[in-house]
Amino acid sequence: MQVSISVNGVARTDDVEPRLLLVHYLRDVCGLKATNIGCDTSSCGACTVHLDGDSVKSCTVLALQADGTSVTTVEGLATGGEMHPVQAAFQAEHGLQCGFCTPGMVMAAASLLAENPHPSEQQVREGLEGNICRCTGYHNIVRSVLTAADSMAQSATGSTAGSR
Amino acid sequence: MIPAAFDYVRASSVDEAIALLGAHGDDAKLVAGGHSLLPMMKLRLAVPSVLVDIGRLPESSYVRVDGDEVAIGALTRHCDLVGSEVLRAEAPLLADTAGHVGDPQIRHRGTIGGSVSHADPAADLPTAVLASDATLVLQGPGGRRTVAATEFFLGYFETAMNPDEMLVEIRVPRTGPHGWHYQKFVRRANDWAIVAVATVAGRVALANMGSRPLRATRTEEQLAAGASIEAAAALAAEGTEPVQDMHADQNYRRHLARVLTRRSLEAAAG
Repeated sequence: MQVSISVNGVARTDDVEPRLLLVHYLRDVCGLKATNIGCDTSSCGACTVHLDGDSVKSCTVLALQADGTSVTTVEGLATGGEMHPVQAAFQAEHGLQCGFCTPGMVMAAASLLAENPHPSEQQVREGLEGNICRCTGYHNIVRSVLTAADSMAQSATGSTAGSR
Repeated sequence: MIPAAFDYVRASSVDEAIALLGAHGDDAKLVAGGHSLLPMMKLRLAVPSVLVDIGRLPESSYVRVDGDEVAIGALTRHCDLVGSEVLRAEAPLLADTAGHVGDPQIRHRGTIGGSVSHADPAADLPTAVLASDATLVLQGPGGRRTVAATEFFLGYFETAMNPDEMLVEIRVPRTGPHGWHYQKFVRRANDWAIVAVATVAGRVALANMGSRPLRATRTEEQLAAGASIEAAAALAAEGTEPVQDMHADQNYRRHLARVLTRRSLEAAAG
């Protein structure tokens, strides 16, 4: 069947089998391999992408269910060659160890901050409950998200003050 | 994991969805968010030959006050229940309980109608719907009918809904902001409840204490008769036959039901 999806801002139409999962569509049809398949049971969050701006687990969405939507993967998060503040914060705060969970973690964090731009540490921890880091590197991941929230708040107010 | 092959058709109205269910019989399944059905299809525990996608039916996602009740469209997502100011003011048990379902990504996709229709006895929203004394509005080829939540859940993943019917609306009494609570006991962040207890307006419902969500009838009777919370909660597990699994045996689940009921009633009493 035909599916039309805007993937990272590029409109495309593809023929897909109804049972094709969104994550396989992104990786195998679109060639966007950054989105990882971890548990494949909607538990680990490695496959998190944005569907019309909301974080979803792409292993539990059919490509056909995304027909007519906008999908953003971590490849599409940077704009104009500049990293998204969440990506920059993960780099600055070393919010990763092996990196396998990172694409999903970054996308979940970006969605969290879009819904709640000023989360407490507890809200960040709860907001990332759907993403598992098997290196258990949560400390720096949470710090990265809080740093990203600060830097996004500063750019929103036009402040030039240094980051925390 | 890849689901078995199936045909996919997208319904553009409730009427069309019901006609498609009628045309394809038992082989067809409705899919909304798909967060109960797709995992089962990937494990091939469910092998429908036709999926009828109702995920984007217009005007089936809403929360609004209607007389003494709050009417909730079946396709309202968990995250929209959490964020609904109407629900927070008028029937906050459901708004709070929806926030306990899965994790943010799952709440962005899953719907209340899907969760209630799926009828997992360990799930959050069926338990809250049962405690709320909700009325479920079903639509079939012959029109609409209503079923009380107390008559809706029949057993594991089994409801009073016919195969050619669709849950279209959940109606809950307006309770106001006080006198409710949801207690969920889990070992991992986004798990199903080992046991959970929903209470509102003196009613108590239990998750994962049997083959369907259950009302703690003895507890409710004792509360109505003026018993203390402690005495009433001590009867919460009366007559239950909960599942035994790697997380808990029957006695531990009964213990949890009593403790969580007491905590829930105490919290509801403020």
